[in-house]
Amino acid sequence: MTILSFTLILLGGAFLAGLLGSLTGLGGGVVIIPLLTLVFHVDIRYAIGAALVASIATSSGSASAYVKEGITNIRLGMFLEIATTTGAVVGALIAVYMPTNVVAIIFGLVLIFSSVMSFRKKMEFPADQGDSKAAEQLRLNGSYPSAGGVVNYKVHHVPGGYFMMTFAGVMSGLLGIGSGALKVMAMDNIMRIPFKVSTTTSNFMIGVTAAASAVVYLQRGYISPGLCMPVVLGVLAGAFAGSRLLTRANVKWLRIVFSVVIGFLALQMIYNGITGKL
Amino acid sequence: MKQALSKYFRDKDIQQLIGKQLRIGVIVSSIIVFVGGVIYLVRHGHEQPSYGDFTGVREGLTNLPGIWQGVMENKGMNIIQLGIVLLIATPIIRIAFSVIAFLIEKDYLYVGITLLVLGIILFSMLGGLAG
Repeated sequence: MTILSFTLILLGGAFLAGLLGSLTGLGGGVVIIPLLTLVFHVDIRYAIGAALVASIATSSGSASAYVKEGITNIRLGMFLEIATTTGAVVGALIAVYMPTNVVAIIFGLVLIFSSVMSFRKKMEFPADQGDSKAAEQLRLNGSYPSAGGVVNYKVHHVPGGYFMMTFAGVMSGLLGIGSGALKVMAMDNIMRIPFKVSTTTSNFMIGVTAAASAVVYLQRGYISPGLCMPVVLGVLAGAFAGSRLLTRANVKWLRIVFSVVIGFLALQMIYNGITGKL
Repeated sequence: MKQALSKYFRDKDIQQLIGKQLRIGVIVSSIIVFVGGVIYLVRHGHEQPSYGDFTGVREGLTNLPGIWQGVMENKGMNIIQLGIVLLIATPIIRIAFSVIAFLIEKDYLYVGITLLVLGIILFSMLGGLAG
């Protein structure tokens, strides 16, 4: 296989990953790493570099739309970015010392977790109740526009959320993914933020979190231009197409299929990690 | 009430600005990646890819002066890498924007928080963590 055909096939694969990732809300990065390592036999370190860059691209691209709509809680995002960036730097540091097959196994586990999470029933908590002193002091409580007027909400359990975000950051730095599922979990379940706000704010943070570890990976030679080019362009185009389709498509069955595929890929990653093939 | 309203609008302006900056960053960097990609494929498209063994990318692609030098020599790989560096810089520039935005709002707590995030990233960049 020549570089030309390799690039074109990868471009197509990345497009599909971006499309499915955006339609199902799981993000494109989660399939990029298994695609590169299992199908194209790329070393996992190069795969992590490429996936990290792709997650910055999709996060920034879609964040631009959400931020304009005023749903994203920028103060909350900014505050939690202290946690995620610290975690990401730590994750990128751990990655040097961690054998690649262990990275593959952890990746598989996070992948299974993300795909299970996407099936979880979304619980909405009464938004305007309760009081958190820290949230008050940090001015984290916010509001967002909706069809029925401006909705006010309060943020709960700030320290717990902060801790969970640090963990999400470590995973992001170690595995090269946005770890959106972990971030959304921290904000939904712990901080009890409306779902709409938590997804967009998580997305807003992914770019900065990924950038914090990407600068380390760049200097370490993980970020290979020949690989990043088709991955970034493909995932971006796919995510863009997905956002156009999203209003029309019935994503329920798609999410099921995609989650099954992800689960299968995750097991494959874990298997290959255990047998030391990755 | 009036104060709250004006605060809401100022917040909105800043959000518009941040949204625009993110979008421009992504578009410009993808164009650069695409241009570099075409040059790279024309010159090296017929060669064999080798990503199976990790050796790290070649020298000159891991730091800004090296990347820039290759861009001046019209090397496709370096042009792609320039686009990627710009992409990585996009959310970082967004943070710098936020510092200014919070300064205008006189929200000094968040000026501090934002500077802290910027500091962590700068440390990651310049702290010699690459090992």
